[in-house]
Amino acid sequence: MNWIEIFRSGISTGTVLLIAAIGEIITERSGIQNLGVEGMMLLGAMAGFKIAHQTGNVWLGLLAAIAAGGFLSLAHAVVTIHFQADQTVSGLSLTFLGTGLALVLGDGLTGKVSPVIPSASIPLLSKIPFLGQVAFANHNLLVYFGYLLVPLVWYYINKTRPGLHLRSVGENPAAADTLGVNIYRTRYLYTFIGGCFSGLAGAAISVAIAPGWYSNLTVNGQGWIAVALVIFAHWNPWRAAIGGYLFGVLRRFTLDLQGPRLLFGLANPFFHNTNLVFFLQMAPYILTIIALIWGSSAARKKRIGSPAALGVPYQRGERGL
Amino acid sequence: MKIPYPVFIKRSEDYPKWLPTVTSVSAVVLAFVISGIILAATGANPFSVYSYFFRASFGSWGAFSDVIVKATPLLLIGLGCALAFRMRLWNIGAEGQFFVGAFLASAVVMVPLVNLDTTPRWAIIALMMVLGMVGGALYAFIPGFLKARLNINEIIITLMLNYIAVLWNNYWIFGKWSEAGFQMTKTFPRSAWLPRLADYAREIPAFSGLTLHAGIIFGLVAALIIYLIIYRSKWGYKITLIGDNPRAARYAGIDITRNTILVFMVSGALAGLAGMTEVSGTVHRLQERISTSYGFSGVIVAWLAKLNPFAVIVVSILFGALLVASREIQPSGISFLIQGITLFLVISSDVLLKYEIKWVRPAQEIAQ
Repeated sequence: MNWIEIFRSGISTGTVLLIAAIGEIITERSGIQNLGVEGMMLLGAMAGFKIAHQTGNVWLGLLAAIAAGGFLSLAHAVVTIHFQADQTVSGLSLTFLGTGLALVLGDGLTGKVSPVIPSASIPLLSKIPFLGQVAFANHNLLVYFGYLLVPLVWYYINKTRPGLHLRSVGENPAAADTLGVNIYRTRYLYTFIGGCFSGLAGAAISVAIAPGWYSNLTVNGQGWIAVALVIFAHWNPWRAAIGGYLFGVLRRFTLDLQGPRLLFGLANPFFHNTNLVFFLQMAPYILTIIALIWGSSAARKKRIGSPAALGVPYQRGERGL
Repeated sequence: MKIPYPVFIKRSEDYPKWLPTVTSVSAVVLAFVISGIILAATGANPFSVYSYFFRASFGSWGAFSDVIVKATPLLLIGLGCALAFRMRLWNIGAEGQFFVGAFLASAVVMVPLVNLDTTPRWAIIALMMVLGMVGGALYAFIPGFLKARLNINEIIITLMLNYIAVLWNNYWIFGKWSEAGFQMTKTFPRSAWLPRLADYAREIPAFSGLTLHAGIIFGLVAALIIYLIIYRSKWGYKITLIGDNPRAARYAGIDITRNTILVFMVSGALAGLAGMTEVSGTVHRLQERISTSYGFSGVIVAWLAKLNPFAVIVVSILFGALLVASREIQPSGISFLIQGITLFLVISSDVLLKYEIKWVRPAQEIAQ
């Protein structure tokens, strides 16, 4: 087994989860839960691939993906913020809507090729033994974008005035409203931004990490894993980064288990019985369940809860909580 | 800028009885209009698509029988979802429970658990039904338990379990139970088939070729039972109370933990039964694609029916028609698209039931 390769590819697949989870963290911090990440990612993956394929310019594709995710999230925003619909059901229908739109608009894209996000190595840092090869050498640019995103979003949420408004809207909208924060506008804005990140995460799959359009198998549940990661991460970008990369590495590790003839000196069951591969493919989903159980109980012990107003529609003059 | 904006005023009195029906029906109609516009944008002719839809699903008795066959799992799953959603338990895992139910029901034939030649047909089918329901219920126990005891988000758990159930079935149909290397089991013997209308073609010639099977009867009976549970039993009252106001329910001494697990298991049992009817009534073998995401469509069916068991019957037939018609239609995502738009419009139309909408100009509000 090639450990460098496992960690390298873990970091690049983890980037997809990281971007999607950070978008969802921003949205949920404002009190809106958007379970449509899977649908927005799929639409983003389709839009990114389609535009990149048609124009031959991958950056236009990336922009299209961001716009597609953001545009779709607005449907959720209107329905949950203005119409005060149930956020769970709305998020689910967003997944359907995104899947349907992506399949209809992406008809005939399978098998086509598009340009991909270029890769680069960071000078000096990539010379560090092991770590340099794993984290800084020959990755596509979105991976480095992910490295920058984590501290920036953390700083924005926790250390800036708009970040304070964001948190206050998610924790106590009535108080924020009396202090002059526009609840509706804030929630619309961060739902939209979260959608943009989801769209970008989708494109990170289709034009960077696993290029191509494979209809709904392109995303294949990663949006849901990202939603779970948000809970595991206690709505903290740093923990989302750790979770995302760890997840990517474990996922790649389990898939690589079927390669070698011998495993720790013993005959490798996955090599000799290819049907056992289905159990390896279950690994990411089982890991998600374990991560969720672990994350939730850790949160309970440390008394870290979800944003207090998460999932509660805000209406002036009404007791929301 | 003085753009008028809507203000929602809580209804002081109950809405008229016809309003929910009107909003739901208009939501469906509007969904078809919007999907038609999207279809037209992709270059298809929406009118020919829709007239094809209608002919393919209601054009003949044969087509209509196919619609009912598709509606059967939707009905059973929709009922399970309706019950769970009443308690605000988001069981999105019907898909997985369906697969586990289908798996255990198939085990009766594939292991085999009974001697298929000597056991009477009714006993084999009854055993398959019981095991299908047990499978679904046990699989739904996992998210129910985690939700009730550890308060872990049931949506994500049920979704992850969906993927796991599909892979579990794949392990069997690609391996031990595979027929000649194909990704499916052998065809079940006739004694494990649910009775179909076509079986009686010799007595009643009009039935020849009709695939409609007894599963729909299970669905209708289940609808009656769920109706009685929700509207006529103490348990149903408790479920609704927990859903509407968990705090009040706890003060009233209702055991929320126990009811959470129980409702999840009943919901899962119905999905498992749906899986059994699909393998025993429709495909007669276990294979990879026994579900065209029935589990998710069931969620929409339940919501569109406003969680009313009898309305679930009507809506599942409508969605069965959508599934039958979209089998051959390109592009393939169109039924997802219509379902997604419909659900969106239905949930946003709910605001009309809770609030009256008035359009206010900003200056007007200040004057008040």
